[in-house]
Amino acid sequence: MVDFNGWDMPVEYSGIIAEHMAVRTGVGVFDVSHMGDIRLAGPDALAAVQHISMNDASRLAIGQAQYSALLYPQGTFVDDVIVHRLGEEEYLLVINAGTREKDFNWVRENSRQFNCRVENLSDDFTQIAIQGPKGVEVLLKLTDAALSAVKFYWVTRGTVCGLKNTLIARTGYTGEDGFEIYVPSDEPTSARVWNEVLEAGREFGAIPCGLGARNTLRLEAKLPLYGHEISDTINVWEAGLDRFCKMEKPEFIGREALARAKAYPMVRTLIGLEMIDRGIARDSYKVLDLAGKEIGYVTSGSYAPFLKKNVALAYVPPELSLVGSELQVECRGAGVKAKVVPTPFYKKPKKR
Amino acid sequence: MSYPADFKYTKEHEWIKPDGATAAIGITSYAQESLGDIVFVDLPKPGTEITAGKTFGSVESVKAVSDLYAPASGTVTEVNGELATAPEKINKDAHGSWMVKIKLKNPDELKSLLSPADYEKFVSEEGGH
Repeated sequence: MVDFNGWDMPVEYSGIIAEHMAVRTGVGVFDVSHMGDIRLAGPDALAAVQHISMNDASRLAIGQAQYSALLYPQGTFVDDVIVHRLGEEEYLLVINAGTREKDFNWVRENSRQFNCRVENLSDDFTQIAIQGPKGVEVLLKLTDAALSAVKFYWVTRGTVCGLKNTLIARTGYTGEDGFEIYVPSDEPTSARVWNEVLEAGREFGAIPCGLGARNTLRLEAKLPLYGHEISDTINVWEAGLDRFCKMEKPEFIGREALARAKAYPMVRTLIGLEMIDRGIARDSYKVLDLAGKEIGYVTSGSYAPFLKKNVALAYVPPELSLVGSELQVECRGAGVKAKVVPTPFYKKPKKR
Repeated sequence: MSYPADFKYTKEHEWIKPDGATAAIGITSYAQESLGDIVFVDLPKPGTEITAGKTFGSVESVKAVSDLYAPASGTVTEVNGELATAPEKINKDAHGSWMVKIKLKNPDELKSLLSPADYEKFVSEEGGH
């Protein structure tokens, strides 16, 4: 167990590799209650969401979700977020654990001018993620909701483990199909649901998965982690999250700075690296050119259990970011050769 | 957990098995369990001099990097090549997976190392599983 932003969480239950492979080939179950939940509701809820986030929430039908981010006026990240439209005038933002307080204060301060309620529901929910190709089969055993009608990044409500009106989202942080369910956070309910999910998943090989596998899974899928690929000193263009940033929205916090930034060449860009020689690139290791000069740093790096390779995400100057370029990563004092590869490193197979 | 009787142990969780003038070195079962899935081992080449108490290589799991500390001084005579391609063998059988063999420089150094019973006591005090 480790302290993860104030939460006592397991790095692994049975082993990172086994847990990672369970998610890629069958199903894995995560307790992700550490994440936060902010609800905006009222006549101006959409306007508030549009003001504080970079993606275009007006595109969301009721029951639809999108990946987005809250930005500072400089165009850098407060946090990344999944925006769910739960109702006509109701939006749920699911945010990172480490930024719960900061995000809630930010959202509240920056939506004062809008006619909507902003509520911090983080402690009200236990959130359980059921991830992997067999995730849907597990959840079907526990709910009356018509899950086949719920597409990826859509949500529904249904009775889950006997709990009526439970929010079910087809979202996740693993690069696989899967669901996240939001149940009441009291301990008896949480423990009961956790155990029922694992029991229902047993025939599909479901095992509980911890932070270690959560990290290796999201790394293979190139999903950003706050404090690594995105932070308050990195902007949207550098992080390569252009497609989630709708500049055609006339106004949102950070838009002006991002528009200005477009006029200048970028000084760094996020790339994917695959190690060529023996060595594992890890978080914060230096990236060097072949001559040994320091040119950047690794934001996240690890052995990738499904790919059976050592991969990393890193910031380097754009002129050194071409796919196929050879660079080095300084691993424990020595430069180890790596090459720039396309990302994501892993994409889930298309449904047959 | 039983620790082989013919090994000696260090507080850094290495074991050493003397065999006359040479000795085999590896990491203990407690170490592999703490590390988790081992995915990489960095070991010195034959001919390298290693010094008791100093690092001679490293072992990496998915989540962590750990230095290897020499239990005794000597010259590396053999390196276990299997571990380059199958480091997970250490997780399966830590006490059976030697990493390097050395020609002992000063066999007396072994006297100050931990016996199996002392090591077991040390591990349980460390709050081991």
